[in-house]
Amino acid sequence: MKKFTRHTRRDGLLLLVTALVVTLSLTRAPALADDPPTATVTIDNFVFKPATLTIKPGTKVTFVNHDDIPHLVVDTTGKFRSKALDTDQSFEFTFATAGDYDYYCGLHPHMKGKIVVAPQ
Amino acid sequence: MMDNTMPTTTASDHPTSRPSHRVGRRHALECMIWAGTGVVWTMSGGVPVSTLLGTAKAADAGFSFLQLSDSHVGFDKAANPNALATLEEAVGKVGAMKAKPAFMIHTGDITHLSKDVEFDNAAQVIGKLKLDGHYVPGEHDMIDENNGKAYLDRYGKGSNGAGWYSFDDHGVHFIGLVNVVNLRAGGMGNLGAEQLAWLADDVKGKSASTPIVVFAHIPLWTIAPEWGWGTEDSAQALALLSRFGSVTVLNGHIHQIMQKVEGNVTFHTARSTSFPQPAPGTAPSPGPKVVPAGELRGLLGITNVVYKPTATALAITDTTLAG
Repeated sequence: MKKFTRHTRRDGLLLLVTALVVTLSLTRAPALADDPPTATVTIDNFVFKPATLTIKPGTKVTFVNHDDIPHLVVDTTGKFRSKALDTDQSFEFTFATAGDYDYYCGLHPHMKGKIVVAPQ
Repeated sequence: MMDNTMPTTTASDHPTSRPSHRVGRRHALECMIWAGTGVVWTMSGGVPVSTLLGTAKAADAGFSFLQLSDSHVGFDKAANPNALATLEEAVGKVGAMKAKPAFMIHTGDITHLSKDVEFDNAAQVIGKLKLDGHYVPGEHDMIDENNGKAYLDRYGKGSNGAGWYSFDDHGVHFIGLVNVVNLRAGGMGNLGAEQLAWLADDVKGKSASTPIVVFAHIPLWTIAPEWGWGTEDSAQALALLSRFGSVTVLNGHIHQIMQKVEGNVTFHTARSTSFPQPAPGTAPSPGPKVVPAGELRGLLGITNVVYKPTATALAITDTTLAG
């Protein structure tokens, strides 16, 4: 059984590496970066900051709620939707594809923000 | 397109930034002074008259019902470290009333985060009223992982769509509406076409002299669009009710009393049993208002208000109870 498990893991890893190589070559990413770029959007006083965030494709964005009231981060076209984020909880989303992403708070829809993923 | 994107949710606790869950007796009692409130409604000639709980005149005659709102059970932040205790205080005040209300309406945000334990705790405390309860959800009641299943499993039996319904009592037609789901970016509360169609059908054939009471969480008139305090398609709902001689609209959501009369329609928002929120224009956001201990009694004096529509003109005068 143990041997079988190891083989499966190794095969899975091989698949993952292959998939990564294919993806990277398709998106013409720079030579294998150590870590994906990251950025943060904070929620304070019912406001997303920054209101517009410009990032490169592949950036992992963390949305952090600092309010005493829960918020939900929802993409207007349904590409992502967080759970209800209580105080100090966060939601992460990796923006792989270039484009504009308008989002809002599913609980307080007057709160709006935008992620601009600029093509490289 | 988005096949290698990875949505994840993580929770990180910062113990230093969180208030203690242990509430000192002194603090809890201070909170109860301003938060342990409810509104009693008395039907008088088809016109509901509201009286704040704890006043001598509450429900002194006839048919009355109780409105509770915005209990936010589970909330434990600085504005009120124990929202369950203040709900219990409000329930205790109802128990002390001479004339018992016929039933209770809760205008939403029963819980803070739609957790089972929050719903269970709220039900246990509200159950002490020994009154039939009629609920509509607030946005805080619909944020479980199954899009409102936790609320609807408990309170949605016999309702339509996201939980709207109507019932008749003492000759009054009560309509519970839901305006906290499917909210659009940049917008406010929302009823939606399906609910509006249901409403049109619900009141069809009813005599124009039937008193109507509509209750929903978010105000059905626009109070502060910059804070989302209003309902986008409320005008369509009110148009369906315009032929009725007496329409009363009861809301919550804004954690403070606001009232106005427009034609035959009386609008009223109830106070919260959990924490106050700022008046529009007085704060950068509608978040919970932390009240310094020294200002609590002053706030109580300002906010203890009785509104009385006169029987003849449907006008409303307000009187502070501050002594």
